Amino acid sequence: MESLLKVKDLTITFIDENTQTVVVDGVDFHVKPGEVLCIVGESGCGKSVTALSILGLLSPNARITSGSIVFNGQDLLEMNEKEIDQIRGSEATMVFQDVMNSLNPVLTIGSQLTEVIRIHMGYDKKRAREYAIEMIKKVGLPDAETVMKKYPHMLSGGMQQRVMIAMALACEPKLIIADEPTTALDVTIQLQIMKLLVELQKEFHMSILLITHDIGLVAELADRVIIMYAGQFMEETSVYRLFEHPAHPYTRALLESVPCIYDDPNKKLTSIPGTVPENYQDIEGCRFYGRCSYSVPACKEKQIYSEFMEGHFVRCHRAEKGEIPFVS
Amino acid sequence: MLGVTGQKRGRFLLYRDEKREPLMVIRDLKKYYPVRGSTIGKKKPIIHAVDGVDFEIYEGETLGIVGESGCGKSTIGRQIVALEKPTSGHVLYQGESLSDMSAGRLRKIRTHLQMVFQDSTSSLNPRKQIYDILAAPILYHKIVERDMLDEEINRLLDLVGLPKSMKYRYPHEFSGGQRQRIGIAKALSLRPRLVVCDEPVSALDVSVQAQILNLLKQLQDELKVTYVFIAHGLGAVRYVSNRIAIMYLGRIVEIADTQELFDDPVHPYTQALFDASPLPAPKLRGRQRIILKGEIPSSINPPKGCRFHTRCPYAIESCRVDDPKLIPVKPGSSHLAACPVVLAQRKN
Repeated sequence: MESLLKVKDLTITFIDENTQTVVVDGVDFHVKPGEVLCIVGESGCGKSVTALSILGLLSPNARITSGSIVFNGQDLLEMNEKEIDQIRGSEATMVFQDVMNSLNPVLTIGSQLTEVIRIHMGYDKKRAREYAIEMIKKVGLPDAETVMKKYPHMLSGGMQQRVMIAMALACEPKLIIADEPTTALDVTIQLQIMKLLVELQKEFHMSILLITHDIGLVAELADRVIIMYAGQFMEETSVYRLFEHPAHPYTRALLESVPCIYDDPNKKLTSIPGTVPENYQDIEGCRFYGRCSYSVPACKEKQIYSEFMEGHFVRCHRAEKGEIPFVS
Repeated sequence: MLGVTGQKRGRFLLYRDEKREPLMVIRDLKKYYPVRGSTIGKKKPIIHAVDGVDFEIYEGETLGIVGESGCGKSTIGRQIVALEKPTSGHVLYQGESLSDMSAGRLRKIRTHLQMVFQDSTSSLNPRKQIYDILAAPILYHKIVERDMLDEEINRLLDLVGLPKSMKYRYPHEFSGGQRQRIGIAKALSLRPRLVVCDEPVSALDVSVQAQILNLLKQLQDELKVTYVFIAHGLGAVRYVSNRIAIMYLGRIVEIADTQELFDDPVHPYTQALFDASPLPAPKLRGRQRIILKGEIPSSINPPKGCRFHTRCPYAIESCRVDDPKLIPVKPGSSHLAACPVVLAQRKN
């Protein structure tokens, strides 16, 4: 199938007065129509920067130093601000973690929502209002008329996130980029929101690019998963395969370090020693080297991201050859 | 020793472990906060953060307290270590009420009761080196003599797995996980008997979370310290706790030994909470589970009757009126739940 979003060799550099830091280092991925792709990683691995770069939302000190982002056949990096504006908010939208800061505190929900609809769909005021109310109902908020008149601070975090989703879905986009959409919410509310996203995704036949650090959420939602570490992709495969046959030592360590409520109570949690390296751009070989329990001298050489099985990519010369034994 | 507090009203005839003496007994604890900056002239709204909880903490155990934001779990933590005075009710430490203690006595007792905070960045003074941060309380409470101070600080850093060479660094030079280790060293420096860990791993990355959880467990084995572990992540709480209390809107709705609670959750809220935690197993996606409707009600006007009735799939008419009490699931059991509806169903 033709991919909806195709990102090739994307490199993003943060430029300070006298330093240049490569935070995303040549990543390649694609999103197919109607699929949920998750990018998983710990804080600072570059997953959010990757997501922001797609719709041109990077901060001014960040530069895309190489690569291309093709959405629906158009190269987004070749477009000017005006052309990107046409796509942003209508064909592809974003849902952020921090809802409080994504909604305008001095405008009512109604005026923010109708503004989006009027700009992108060209509806008149009355029709936009009706459509907005319909969208609010769709995301499961009771009493839509009252919600329209409220200001963001009058709603709870879960309700605000529903409003954000209504806004993102209003123009029936082909792609939703969700950056940790439920991290700030409580678990029971998180489950409601995730169920809602999946239902709507099916109904509108959208694709979702989900950025998260939560392994549990990935297991619940993803079709395909990419594991990111220190600016690079480490592994990529289908969600079922990832949880059954994780290849990269980092993926395995990550899966084993998550406490699960149905684990054997006497099992000791495996922790990954050390922390993510600073200045990882200067590391020539495997960036997980110092923390990996399977490392050998050859790991200090440059690691190639290769498809060792159909649809299963890994950046580890030992995993590729099947030299990493299975634990679970 | 439980004393007079309310025994007359027959309210506290709860299960008590006869074999173990509780280190701490919490009786009918309430903490209300006025809402800040509300309208002039009107009566100030009150947040019912903790609204009548009873439980015991036994020596050497880890009691987990779980609940969603605003359920009052952190408020309980602050009352236990005497950072705040309860609105009513008692926190009895070895039979003595914290709120009735003299200032001098309380100062001494505080060394027994310590806390590890969630936000390790704001709980460490950014202008002080780790050495000074750790030394101040040790000297104030005269834990060791001044000439032994260096040795003591080396011992503490070693205990939490930080190299001694790091003691002259400032907090910002450490990673989140390392800062949390310093927070733990600070709490342990006064040789406490009880440490309240308030969301100690929530702000950390998964790979580092496991390190800190393992460290806390290992320290408990070595030092025989008692923990109250407050968190919203069920996986982490289950991993470290012997007993778990589930809270909803200022009340404990269920309390039981960890294994018992996970094998046989009774309260509908507990079940819903378990169902809502994502499982790292994509094959189980389609499983049957309770999905709660609606939002958590405000603790300014908590619902009458059972506080969970507005979202409960099993609520019946009486739930709107009757305030359920924590009662044993089976006669004589240490597993308590506050849901007469489910318990009545089980009897049949």
